[in-house]
Amino acid sequence: MSVDQATVRRIAHLARIAVSPEEVPHLQQELNAILSFVEELSEVDVEGVEPMTSVVPMKMVWRADAVTDHAGAEVVVANAPTSEDNFFVVPKVVE
Amino acid sequence: MNAPANPSKLIKGATGDWEIVVGMEIHAQVSSRSKLFSGASTDFGGDPNSHVSLVDAAMPGMLPVINEECIKQAVRTGIGLKAQINHRSTFDRKNYFYPDLPQGYQISQYKSPIVGEGQVIVDVTPTEQITVGIERLHLEQDAGKSLHDQSPTDSFVDLNRSGVALMEIVSKPDIRSAEEARAYVTKLRTILRYLGTCDGNMEQGSLRADVNVSVRRPGEGLGTRCEIKNVNSIRFIGQAVEVEARRQIGILEDGGSIDQETRLFDPARGETRSMRSKEEAHDYRYFPDPDLLPLEFDEAFVEDLARDLPELPDEKKARFMRDYGIASYDAGVLVAERASADFYEAVAKGRDAKMAANWVINELFGRLNKEGHDIVSSPVSADQLGAIVDLISEGVISGKIAKDLFEIVWTEGGDPRELVETRGMKQVTDTGAIEAAVDAIIAANPDKVAQAQAKPTMLGWFVGQVMKQTGGKANPQSVNDLLKRKLGI
Repeated sequence: MSVDQATVRRIAHLARIAVSPEEVPHLQQELNAILSFVEELSEVDVEGVEPMTSVVPMKMVWRADAVTDHAGAEVVVANAPTSEDNFFVVPKVVE
Repeated sequence: MNAPANPSKLIKGATGDWEIVVGMEIHAQVSSRSKLFSGASTDFGGDPNSHVSLVDAAMPGMLPVINEECIKQAVRTGIGLKAQINHRSTFDRKNYFYPDLPQGYQISQYKSPIVGEGQVIVDVTPTEQITVGIERLHLEQDAGKSLHDQSPTDSFVDLNRSGVALMEIVSKPDIRSAEEARAYVTKLRTILRYLGTCDGNMEQGSLRADVNVSVRRPGEGLGTRCEIKNVNSIRFIGQAVEVEARRQIGILEDGGSIDQETRLFDPARGETRSMRSKEEAHDYRYFPDPDLLPLEFDEAFVEDLARDLPELPDEKKARFMRDYGIASYDAGVLVAERASADFYEAVAKGRDAKMAANWVINELFGRLNKEGHDIVSSPVSADQLGAIVDLISEGVISGKIAKDLFEIVWTEGGDPRELVETRGMKQVTDTGAIEAAVDAIIAANPDKVAQAQAKPTMLGWFVGQVMKQTGGKANPQSVNDLLKRKLGI
């Protein structure tokens, strides 16, 4: 499996990563190197084997339904470049 | 899905008949105190970002821990939808970018949902019942809320809803009209409210529908569908189906084709319009969430929940028809809300159940609707209405006086039995008193007597006069009998 340059640009766009045209060939090469490395795994026969979800045999932890946590609005927006009345303020996202 | 089209459901186009096909994704907010993966409050209407934990804000290093109650609520709902409960399900990340989604992905269940196939039985009209298949139900996180009207250049983001648990309930494309769509959502909402798993409050956004609409010629395969996002009232769901189907028929009849897209319903203009003008096809790049192990439980967990479930609307309706002998449609009206059903049972217990149903549905519900009350805030209690029914059954008051009595209890309150005494509303059963009134009327109207003897339907006029004279309190049956005897008809 390998990716072409259009796929590289598309993946970058979906991940909202700015990639300049000059970077695309290099990234394509890098991604294809990773993919061919991972490709080796397909030699293993996993027919009928359940996907492993954890390396340790443990069950998911459940918590009781109780309100135990609130950071406080000031803390939540503390790192925001812009905030107002404890709202996050972002460039308008509708037309 | 490919059952023959029902001719009465078809829409007439310029070039022939069309069939509407609708499937729905309902997002129902799970009733819980805290969020799906954090201990922040789910209360509605808090100050901006006041119900947000660092998990909900997606701060680095924060990890989700699942809320046990949300799991139980999803399982309860699955049981209520007569659906398959999956003892093992998994969480996936649905990746997209939007300012009110701080994680950059929504935790959802893509590959294996907690609940599989089920069904909902829907009464569309008093005489028509349909079954709508449920495809699946899965748990997922709600996003935050963006406000676009606070500033001309910016959007304001509040994360209070971010991370609140939602159940996405996906129906099969089994719905064939706007009316069926409305009835389906109404029924689903009733079931959720009975179960207590979602409050069903559409104004607050606890229940929203994405409506998939397509049209086809009867007997043909499915047409291309459009998804109408986030419709938030049952009336609008019906309107959206109607206008979208008309739009698609118009395009197809003009020789065009339908683009599969996401649209928005604008109730003010009564139209749907495309939401995303130039955006590429969605590619959510789902993958298993590495922060969450599979969700697993055993059958005993499911059985415990099933045992504690309340009686559900379908069962209650069947019981009302069986035990109280009331008609299917009346039973359906009574069970639509649990509080109404409880009210009815309190009135019907030990009384004439049909008369009780009649008074609850026609007098009480009619009045409540007219004045915009719900059953919980009814000015007339079940005990008071029960007493009115008793007074009629005992022959103490007539049905007509009962309506006056109901009016007094509604506006002034009080014990119906005492009111009947103190206001002299008792039916006159003393034949002597009625007889005196009858004799007086006959004596005063010899011409009418002659007419009545020639034409017995004139009897009604005499009955009216006697009732007037006795202030409506004479027993109508006694009046009738006496008049017939005295007039010789």
